[in-house]
Amino acid sequence: MPTFLGIDYNFWWFLVFGAVLSGYAILDGFDLGAGCLHLMLRKTDSRRIALRAIGPVWDGNEVWLVIGGGALFAGFPVAYAAIFSAFYIPLMIFLVGLIFRGIAIEFRDQVVHERWGRAWDAVYCVSSLVISLSLGLVLGNVVEGIPLNEEHEFAGNWLSFFNPFAILVAITTTALFMLHGAIYLLMKTEEQLFRRLNEFANSFTILFVICFVITTVYTLIYLPYLNTSLLNHPVWFIFPLLAILSIANVPRRIRMGRYKRAFISSTATIALLLITVAIDVFPNLVYSRGLPSNSITIHNGASSTSSLHILLIIALIGVPLVATYSTFVFWTFKGKVHVDEGQGV
Amino acid sequence: MSIGIGLMLVLFEAKFLATGDAIYEKATRFWLSIFALVFGMGVATGIIMEFEFGTNWASYSRYVGDVFGSALSAEGIFAFALESGFLGILLFGWNRVGRKTHFFSTVMVFLGSCFSAVWIVVANSWQQTPAGYHIVGEGLKARAEVTDFWAMVFNPSSMVRLLHVWTGGFLAGAFFVLSVSAWYLVRRRFEPIARPMFKAALVVATFFSLFQLFMGDRSASLVARYQPAKLASMEGHYDSFAVADMYLGGFVDNRREEVKGLKIPGGLSFLVYHDFKKPVTGLHAFRPEDRPSQVNTIFQCYHLMIVIGMAIIGLTLLACFFWWRKKLFDHRWLLWAFVPGVALPELANLSGWFTAEIGRQPWVVYGMLRTSDAFSKQVRANQIIFSLILFLVVYALLFVLFIYLLNKKIVKGPEEANLRQKYLQSPLRDNPLLHAGRP
Repeated sequence: MPTFLGIDYNFWWFLVFGAVLSGYAILDGFDLGAGCLHLMLRKTDSRRIALRAIGPVWDGNEVWLVIGGGALFAGFPVAYAAIFSAFYIPLMIFLVGLIFRGIAIEFRDQVVHERWGRAWDAVYCVSSLVISLSLGLVLGNVVEGIPLNEEHEFAGNWLSFFNPFAILVAITTTALFMLHGAIYLLMKTEEQLFRRLNEFANSFTILFVICFVITTVYTLIYLPYLNTSLLNHPVWFIFPLLAILSIANVPRRIRMGRYKRAFISSTATIALLLITVAIDVFPNLVYSRGLPSNSITIHNGASSTSSLHILLIIALIGVPLVATYSTFVFWTFKGKVHVDEGQGV
Repeated sequence: MSIGIGLMLVLFEAKFLATGDAIYEKATRFWLSIFALVFGMGVATGIIMEFEFGTNWASYSRYVGDVFGSALSAEGIFAFALESGFLGILLFGWNRVGRKTHFFSTVMVFLGSCFSAVWIVVANSWQQTPAGYHIVGEGLKARAEVTDFWAMVFNPSSMVRLLHVWTGGFLAGAFFVLSVSAWYLVRRRFEPIARPMFKAALVVATFFSLFQLFMGDRSASLVARYQPAKLASMEGHYDSFAVADMYLGGFVDNRREEVKGLKIPGGLSFLVYHDFKKPVTGLHAFRPEDRPSQVNTIFQCYHLMIVIGMAIIGLTLLACFFWWRKKLFDHRWLLWAFVPGVALPELANLSGWFTAEIGRQPWVVYGMLRTSDAFSKQVRANQIIFSLILFLVVYALLFVLFIYLLNKKIVKGPEEANLRQKYLQSPLRDNPLLHAGRP
């Protein structure tokens, strides 16, 4: 097994994919979260500002989903094929959500009419919720495992996807995104308009913590296979521990008015939670419930070594490049969003 | 069309930067707002594609993921990220960054969209003319594995098809500008801006319509060499021992294996071998299950593409002739001809793609994997029908919205692009709370 710095290519690609997925969750997480809470903002001007805060960056954030899908397709095509065909209906709904979210953001201000604006506000909010919930649902099911046959294809019924664990993960994900989005908006706007967001942020934190605790307890009791890695290597408990610490840090920072630090903490929470999930599932990509021997792992579900080699080179060149100019774009739009600023062309 | 409008944007903004002329500033800002709409629609409707490989074509994904996946990943990380990243500055940064930085962003978005075409054409071309791979495993577990990345990228047809696709995009954008400018000119609105827009687009359109003829010829030669069944379908040629005719139009009866139409005898033979008398491989050389069944469809799409291509050349050359005679804007009938012109390259591009894809049947990877073996086995028919209807409805809705908003923008025109009245009249502008605490 060819290695780079002592780690085999498959493991490297698992890390790359995980990093891209985390990047997506962190970036699109805040604009999805902002969308989910959109209808909680009552005034039209507040809503316009909220949209303008994410306007220039949401498309670039969404691209990470495309990159992640591509990374999965290229590096672990067996997993890609199994997951995407298994979750056919949920993914179709997810895609419609994506379409309408993008359209809603772009079209909302194209016509100056109150009903038009309010209609698109609702579409934006509902579609953001659909996206966040379906992402959580898919993640929950993949982590908990789905029935697979010997050809590593889905052998079950898609209605089984609406089980307690997956629904828990869906709600937890959405709550976390809403918190993350609220902090982003607080960071990017002038506080006078968003006193309510301050209160929301604290409620979302509590909601998230409760969901997270329930999910963790459920995992410990009902999903033993997920706990084996952690129990065998207790040193890795540091990741969930740090996640708890960083989420605890959030309300403190918000109270102090240090929104940038709160945002960094919520970002860290997302990353640390995904790392914990990665530790839990490793080396499986899609666990097969019922017949674990049919699971898709990073070894039996991967592309050839030559392909992984090419992909790692692409990633090595591409990721720093994207990070560089994305930083530049975010920097261009740094600072608060103002209501009297001309929007777009 | 994003590629095409992108090109026009780069040209207009470059002219603005060079001359400082307000006319080009208005042209740029007008087309930026149209670009935002077109690009947004493109992202919304296009995002489904990456998922579709997995949802509907799982077997295909497993078979080609090793080879195809790296091209798609490259598209994501190099092209999509680039164009979507700088799009923010392009659309929202006019007042935030300097002119040069904004122009740089425009160029980056344009290059990003071109670069994205690179990878998707590479991937599709690999399906048409596979290279740089070997097959591993047998039967159900067979899959292609990449052996040489660059051989895969520079497979026999990718570069020619890339130029063909790019040119198709440039033409779509140029003709869109021509359509809108022509509309303004016949309505005698915004004439000082419409005239330079029309001329700039005419130059681009004329050059690329001629270039496309050349690229089309190169593409056909590749098809002749690597996909003879497709070539035979394109002209309805059945008998491998007969000279192949080139049709200007007609109808193929696949059951009787006859073509009725207006033809140039030996025309296809000449296209392939530069010899009117040489026989060309016909459909009979292939077993029925190894060649396309929709021969007439392929024939019609192919010929529609060519007819439009010729029409475009004729129209643009005619306009150039009048421009040379300094009578370009005096002939209203000519301007009227350009108004619906935007449909021409779009139809031609679509017909071309239909020819390429339907012509490749029954293969999804030519000669290697059949379409009938490529679909997701675990997905049931009722699920597919659900998604088909769902997206039919969604896309229809989006199309209506697109036309409505596009129409609004065109009617509003380039003069008012700078004004965002509703924001200047925002009630919060003079809200004292806003100014509290600010120096």
